[in-house]
Amino acid sequence: MLFQTAAAVAGGAAPHPLSGTAADWVWALPLLPLLGFVLNGALAIFGSAKAGPADPSAGSHDGPDAAHGVPGGNGQDDGAHADAAHAVPSQRHPYAWLVSVIGPLVVIAAFALACMICVAMIAAQPTTPFIQRYFSWMPVGDLSIDAAFQLDQLSMVIVLVITGVGALIHIFSVGYMRDDPGYPRYFSYLNLFVFFMLVLVLGANLPVTFVGWEGVGLCSYLLIGFWFSDRANADAGKKAFIANRVGDFGFMIAMFLLFANIGTLQYTEIAAAAPAALPAGGALVTTVCLFLLLGCTGKSAQIPLYVWLPDAMAGPTPVSALIHAATMVTAGVYLVVRTSMLFSIAPAASLTVCVIGAVTALFAATIGLKQWDIKKVLAYSTISQLGFMFVAVGAGAYVAGIFHLVTHAFFKALLFLGAGSVIYAMHAAYHETHSHEDAQDMRNMGGLRTAMPVTWILMWIATLAIAGVPLFAGFFSKDEILGTVFARAQGSALSDASWLGIPGGALLYGVYGICLVAAFLTAVYMTRLMLYTFHGPNRTGDAEHSLLREAPAVMTLPLVVLGVLSAAGGFLNDPSFLPIAPADMLGRWLEPVVGPATQQITRGGPAEADPRLSAILATVASVVALAGILVALLRLKPAALRPAREPQPAESKVESLLSHKYYVDEAYDRAIVTPTVVFSRNILWRGVDGLIDGLVNLTALISRWLGDSGSAAQTGETGTYAWALVLGVVIVLGTVALRI
Amino acid sequence: MSGGSVHQALSVAVSQAVPLPGSPAAVAPTFDLHIPSQLTLALGPDIVLFVGTTVLMLWAAWRPDSREHQSNVGRASLALVFVTMAAVVGYDLAHVTAGPGVIAVDAFRWASDLIFLAASAGTIALSIDYNAREGILAAESHVMVLFATSGMMLLAAGRDLMIIFLGIELMSVAVYILAGFNRRSARSAEGALKYFLLGAFSTGFLLYGIALIYGATGSTNLTVIGDRIHLYSLAGTPLVTVGVALILVGFAFKIAAVPFHMWAPDVYEGAPTPITGFMAAAVKAAAFAAFLRVWLEAFGDVVYQWHDAMWFLAILTMLAGNVVALVQRNIKRMLAYSSIAQAGYVLVGVVAGTTLGASAFLFFLAAYTLATLGAFAVIVALGDAGETQLDIGDYAGLWTTRPWLAAAMTACMLSLLGFPIFGGIGFLAKWYMLQAALEASYFGDAKPQVELAVMIVVTSVISAGYYLRLVTIMFMRPVRADGGAAGNAAPRAGHLTQWVVGVSVALLLALGLAPAYLVSWTAKSAPVIANRPTYLLPSSAIPPR
Repeated sequence: MLFQTAAAVAGGAAPHPLSGTAADWVWALPLLPLLGFVLNGALAIFGSAKAGPADPSAGSHDGPDAAHGVPGGNGQDDGAHADAAHAVPSQRHPYAWLVSVIGPLVVIAAFALACMICVAMIAAQPTTPFIQRYFSWMPVGDLSIDAAFQLDQLSMVIVLVITGVGALIHIFSVGYMRDDPGYPRYFSYLNLFVFFMLVLVLGANLPVTFVGWEGVGLCSYLLIGFWFSDRANADAGKKAFIANRVGDFGFMIAMFLLFANIGTLQYTEIAAAAPAALPAGGALVTTVCLFLLLGCTGKSAQIPLYVWLPDAMAGPTPVSALIHAATMVTAGVYLVVRTSMLFSIAPAASLTVCVIGAVTALFAATIGLKQWDIKKVLAYSTISQLGFMFVAVGAGAYVAGIFHLVTHAFFKALLFLGAGSVIYAMHAAYHETHSHEDAQDMRNMGGLRTAMPVTWILMWIATLAIAGVPLFAGFFSKDEILGTVFARAQGSALSDASWLGIPGGALLYGVYGICLVAAFLTAVYMTRLMLYTFHGPNRTGDAEHSLLREAPAVMTLPLVVLGVLSAAGGFLNDPSFLPIAPADMLGRWLEPVVGPATQQITRGGPAEADPRLSAILATVASVVALAGILVALLRLKPAALRPAREPQPAESKVESLLSHKYYVDEAYDRAIVTPTVVFSRNILWRGVDGLIDGLVNLTALISRWLGDSGSAAQTGETGTYAWALVLGVVIVLGTVALRI
Repeated sequence: MSGGSVHQALSVAVSQAVPLPGSPAAVAPTFDLHIPSQLTLALGPDIVLFVGTTVLMLWAAWRPDSREHQSNVGRASLALVFVTMAAVVGYDLAHVTAGPGVIAVDAFRWASDLIFLAASAGTIALSIDYNAREGILAAESHVMVLFATSGMMLLAAGRDLMIIFLGIELMSVAVYILAGFNRRSARSAEGALKYFLLGAFSTGFLLYGIALIYGATGSTNLTVIGDRIHLYSLAGTPLVTVGVALILVGFAFKIAAVPFHMWAPDVYEGAPTPITGFMAAAVKAAAFAAFLRVWLEAFGDVVYQWHDAMWFLAILTMLAGNVVALVQRNIKRMLAYSSIAQAGYVLVGVVAGTTLGASAFLFFLAAYTLATLGAFAVIVALGDAGETQLDIGDYAGLWTTRPWLAAAMTACMLSLLGFPIFGGIGFLAKWYMLQAALEASYFGDAKPQVELAVMIVVTSVISAGYYLRLVTIMFMRPVRADGGAAGNAAPRAGHLTQWVVGVSVALLLALGLAPAYLVSWTAKSAPVIANRPTYLLPSSAIPPR
């Protein structure tokens, strides 16, 4: 009764092809991880072990400035758990074994269910979304919001990524977090994250998506600051939270505008009403899209709100893999595709998406060139790759954007988990010798390939994939983005529009050029990461070198699976000029969802560039990628590196600019944070607040005095009460009588 | 927000809600109330309760007082309440109706009955544990609750001033006894006597008002009164005006509206805690149900006369209740003033005079009843024998010693405050009441009660001062050296008490997340306002405020 489907409510209309199949169980998808959250949370609360964070003093933290990103002063404490656990072996949680079963199992079960639903969907080939409404959530005024889920090809793809990659990362975490005293707490947060992410993706209207959107933000905050007793980690969590608030403001304004002008917030109804209610290219739809974009830049770490993501690396590495690489940060891309019917009729907004994506891709890639912390390199790489996705969805290449989202989830999760495996080994070694060296600094690594061959090979696969070397997953998706952007530069709705006076066509060629440079830099910095980490002489230290070990199987097995996906994932959407797999599977799969919006952008023309042009562009992209790898191999000398503990050679001005991340954090600090603090302290707190406080206290005093006198009137004498009653009668009679 | 938008939402909610079994297709019986047998049938659930209560009374008196007997009679009373509830739900689902007559057979009656019955079930469950702890062995206390509930059900049913008077007396006499039930407590006896004296005094006014109205219109039937006042343009004649004013006084006393509230704090403080909860929740709700029906069905045309008095009452009640609650140290006394303040909010729904106001009224009563019951249940759960630890400071550090009870109390406080999500339906109740105030109208003429809406908001801010203070004390203060209620080593609350706490808080929170069912229920149960043609009313009938 509670779970009646939309078809049943509509009554009379033909039932949706998915009703009566496994898709009826879509409500169970988020419920499974929620169950895991409840169970693990209960174990975390009621389990007898000390549930606090690991003692951070055992880890390496030579400065509290992770939030400001000063290199060398890295205050992150990843892996401190292993340290602390070693010192006091009994800290492993007593119910860890139960948590290890529940935590991954619920996500694996959700993945299995998602697979069943996907099979049903392949069989049914629905052309309209399957909507399940559960109850009316907010019936207020003209606004009626249902708690409802929407299942279509788009949400299906992302649900598979979330549950599939999520399950692998959960399994990896069993090994990585094993000795942490907060083990059940960690898994309950991780399960909760998967729950909210599924709500985000499955929501049938913007408010339900927003619930998921806020929920994943909350989980991100909780997990970044998982080892919260180190101030830097807690600060990083807060920074992420605040940066996202700015974005959420945009999301909410967009919702208000849509409701005020269309009167609905449900995706299907927006899609139906938008073309009529919002004039194409008009100021209104452009404003709505720009506010949505602001929300997306927050969640997906794009300029100007990207600053939180590098600091978010303070969380445990599997968290970085799941939340800050594979799933949550791609929510912005998902939202643009979900509201593509709006973006497609707002070319100016779409071009803005494109430009922001391109600039972010290049900007972050340059910073990635000079980072020493292995996770920071990957963080900037993530920002850069998200920029590619934004370029794609901005150019109306929605399929390419989602395609890159999927392949990126594979290889970036692999890279992060590989880095986690490296950090795990480094930390164990440093702990053994009671050294306080930074386990994440690449200057302390080198030559790890002999100690960790499995991780080494798999990370090379991921590197080749992200660099875009032909036949690896990233090649196909990045190539499709570049090809489509190039094709859109002529004869599309975008090329005829203009952006700040620049013709759209010229702008898109520029974006294409920027993306090529960013792709080249991607190859360079990823090769650099591999060279410094795995090749050349070892710099860990003589005592530690012999202690470096490959991670246990529970951690390497998920890596292997992700390695296979990173190598072969590109065949999901094989371009037509390369006939080695069924062509364009993902494109045809997503056609019912993004088809109309793509047609709007292309003005009915073909969605893709023609095969010959594609082949040429693909060749160019491959040459660029290989050139990047080659340049890095020739120019970088791992043997010349010195360990982080030794004095470093002076940096050139450009190098210093890059390693300081263009001083953006410092600029934000000067331009926004400091003035806000000064203003609020001196004017708001001392001035306005003092005045308001005085007024409030005065009101409170008056209230209290009135209350006291009211209380005093309460003498307890029945006679007094009777008199008061009579007085009341007189008053009532008086007011009534004066009306006569 | 466009006009009537909540109305639309409510009707949307009705149409979208799960279809109720026994939908219109089924033939709904209509009772002819002039035929005695049919009148008896129309009173079905009331008779079930009344007969059952009488039998239980005999059983309670038959055996000597003992712990077991007290508990057994209590459990039997609980069962009787549930049976009556089932009967009420059955009548509701059958969609029975009735022709003109002394009682009403409509959804409003069933909805009100369910609220009263839920409150009395909670009260009886609490009393079983409470009486055992306090050594009150008289089994009759549960039966008295049932008698009071019978009176309440008559109040909800009555469409005749005499029936309503009967209901008020039946309810009041039983509650007078209950208030003084703990004979070993001087406070309890004192409160009961005061309540009785002042109650009798106010009943005099009520009865005099009824007599004047009868003199003016020649009838005690609400529908007939309304028709005749309209037909013969009696509104404004001295007899009707004074009659309405005196009836208003009578009801204002029962709902403890300021300045007729003086009895409430003393009586609430003195009465046994479950009974205090009963008075704050059920007795007040019952008086309100009758009040609303009388006002909408009989005195709609007299709005020009009663509007200002009612308006002032609402303002005064909200303001005085909340402000005086700020300085209370005793938790029962604080809740007494809080319940006075809440009555002020409900009065706004009556002043609004629309179907929307009436459904907001029902929604608010449901939310208020749940939160009040939950709060008093927590007090019972924390009490020691003799209830010596009722100071707010005694609850310091409750979160560290009894986290579930602290959380439950917090939910109730936040609900009474009208806080979203963690306060459950409390927020929506206040929200709908605000909407009702802003979309008030009299017989078709829009008449937004902006001042009342502003007053709701302002006094809600004041109320945060004492609701949140209790929360901060429970969560942020350490347990006192002498322990207080938080450090009480007394045995854990009885199972029934735990059930009352759990069920009321769970309902409060669950309905807050998915309010659509309650919204549709209250919307369909709002009483139908007598639809006299509006064009006959001069436009000046609307007070120019």
